[in-house]
Amino acid sequence: MTGSAIATITLTASQVERVLAAFAAPAIDQQKVRWGMVIDLKKFNELPLAKRKRVYDVCKEIHNIPIFPTAKDRVEWIWPADFEHTFPSQFNHFLPEEIENLEVPVLCNHCENPPCTKVCPTGATWKRDDGIVTMDYHRCIGCRYCMAACPYGMRSFNWRDPRPFIPKLNPTYHTRTKGVVEKCTFCVERLEKGLQPACVEASEGSFIFGDLNNLESEISKILREHYSIRRKPELGTEPKLYYLI
Amino acid sequence: MIEHAIRGGKLYWSWIALLVIIIAAGGASYYYQYQNGLTVTGMSKEVSWGLYIGNFTFLVGVAASAVIVVLPAYLYDYKKFKKVTTMGEFLGAAAVIMCMTFILVDLGRPDRVLNVVLNPRPNSVMLYDFISLSGYLLLNIVIAWTVLAYREKNKGYSTWLKILIFVAIPWAISIHTVTAFLYGGLVGRPFWNTALMAPRFLAGAFASGPSLLIISLLVMRKYTNFDPGYDAIKKIGDVVAFAMVANLFMIGAELFTVFYSAHPHHLEHFIYILFGIKEGSFVYARFVPWMWTSLILGIIAAIMLVIPKVRNEPKFLAFTCGMVFISVWMEKGMGLIVPGYIPSQWGAVVEYWPTIPESLISLGVWGIGILIFTVLAKVAIGVTLEGEKIEEEVVEEEEVVEEVEEEVVEEAKEYRCELCDAVFKSLDECCEHAEKEHKIAKASCDMACVEAAPAEKQYKCELCDAVFTDLDECCEHAEKEHKIAKASCDMVCGEVEEE
Repeated sequence: MTGSAIATITLTASQVERVLAAFAAPAIDQQKVRWGMVIDLKKFNELPLAKRKRVYDVCKEIHNIPIFPTAKDRVEWIWPADFEHTFPSQFNHFLPEEIENLEVPVLCNHCENPPCTKVCPTGATWKRDDGIVTMDYHRCIGCRYCMAACPYGMRSFNWRDPRPFIPKLNPTYHTRTKGVVEKCTFCVERLEKGLQPACVEASEGSFIFGDLNNLESEISKILREHYSIRRKPELGTEPKLYYLI
Repeated sequence: MIEHAIRGGKLYWSWIALLVIIIAAGGASYYYQYQNGLTVTGMSKEVSWGLYIGNFTFLVGVAASAVIVVLPAYLYDYKKFKKVTTMGEFLGAAAVIMCMTFILVDLGRPDRVLNVVLNPRPNSVMLYDFISLSGYLLLNIVIAWTVLAYREKNKGYSTWLKILIFVAIPWAISIHTVTAFLYGGLVGRPFWNTALMAPRFLAGAFASGPSLLIISLLVMRKYTNFDPGYDAIKKIGDVVAFAMVANLFMIGAELFTVFYSAHPHHLEHFIYILFGIKEGSFVYARFVPWMWTSLILGIIAAIMLVIPKVRNEPKFLAFTCGMVFISVWMEKGMGLIVPGYIPSQWGAVVEYWPTIPESLISLGVWGIGILIFTVLAKVAIGVTLEGEKIEEEVVEEEEVVEEVEEEVVEEAKEYRCELCDAVFKSLDECCEHAEKEHKIAKASCDMACVEAAPAEKQYKCELCDAVFTDLDECCEHAEKEHKIAKASCDMVCGEVEEE
């Protein structure tokens, strides 16, 4: 009798612990992988236009991203921006011309403290244990609260049915329906196969992808050796996308 | 009770028909949107919330404002509001239904809306907004309906109802606070990321909601027999005046902080709404006339409201309330949501304006809300008027009772026989006496028996013992006969004390 009572109490205590743990932010497990990316802007801008364009296009092709005739409906995971608007806090009027005119590829920062996952009412978007911010397109209700919360504007909404606007369907990857939000996933499907993200592969070495928790990884070494900047670091979101200038 | 909703005149049914047509147009537009996606709206990758969420935000305020009449009526037993609490609650309920419908039409996948309940996430403010809004809707419907049912049966409130009423008061504050946190909690949106959001929302709510209530009450006074009393309307007007001034004060505080400290990321949104953003030779200024109209209407209305003479003038009240309502709708609706997205988070300036289907859907949602309020108000008016009829009958009965009491009092009076000064307890006794002693027929006994007059005061001149029934007469006598000035006549004229 007493034994079973104690067992019940212990069980409830562990359940309580589990519930409490769900509310607290999980501690970063240093033993685990934590994916991050570095974009070497100088190296990237030295690439010829066609190769730079390939970086954006390969993402569209493999992820079945639609191309709409109207700009307001567009869906993008990675696109070119300029220095001034990507780094508004770092901008000044006396920047060297080569910096001011840099083409800056922007994609999801996979923040350590993502404001977008915090606001999702259904858990349709969340941060995985390896630090990747991902989406469940079957659970998303399309409220676009995550788009309001993202300080970088890196999320896109399917304002209309995307399927008729996919130029060439990639049968190995899924398509989305109208009415859901989508975003860059650091190519989780490729990481599972041991491949690098598609944009990294197409970038001819100007994008470096790797495990930020592994001190011996290339990305960690580069970040230790070079001064890097991140987008809007003052907001405390801790982006895992670093830029070298 | 519900039968009152289907008993109406020509005016009532034409109004319902008009609303149904508006709802049908909205419904058809929504079907079009459902088929084609939200691309039929003016929203874009840059501005991903627009007219729908703007209306939602504004209407949460209208819903919350029911507390303005409920709180004084129940907490302070303020009698003048007792007749309008049901109207306030029904207006609140209709507003919450509009809020929910606006969210529903804004969703990309409305078919999955139950995911909010099935997969709740405690870290999302939207979950709490969902809980507080649906709870508030239930509270208002249950309270108002039960109050009406009790009124119909002429019963007092039961304990559980009183508990619900007290729960509903802080709940009303919570719905608008949580909605404000929805925006205020976003680190990436400087336009919204301010602690002033919740107080600003509440001030705007307590200005716009009661304004709408006043307008509806004035309409009811004009077209129905229901009269909430102008006193109650005036009191709600006082609330509108205070809230509108507080609302403008907080907008002013926000503007000072933004413009004086001039943090560029805060400033750019305010520059956009007040002056427009220049890019080359082009000025993006679609919201400039919108915001100035709202501000100017708001300021004029506030000035008119703070002057008591103007505020209490019935012919201005509807007009001022209309101005307050429009001003707050513009400012706490689209004026609050859309500029949060302009410029976008990557610096692009892309403007927004609602499309025709989007506007029709919004009108349709308003139609649903107004229809619900009309029907609920019709029931409330019906029950209240019936109750008043019963009350009038009760009042008449009370009057009868009073008459009976008066007769009893008469019986207690004394009657005097004028012929022999004998005093009797009742008229009958006196008449008997008159017949017996003085041979006067009972039918004409009123000639002999008179009501004993109440003992009149008498005044006596102390100098000559003359008696007067009036102090003045005595004074006149004293002046004439004894040369005593009228001013000091109290020296000679004294009240005769009864033996």
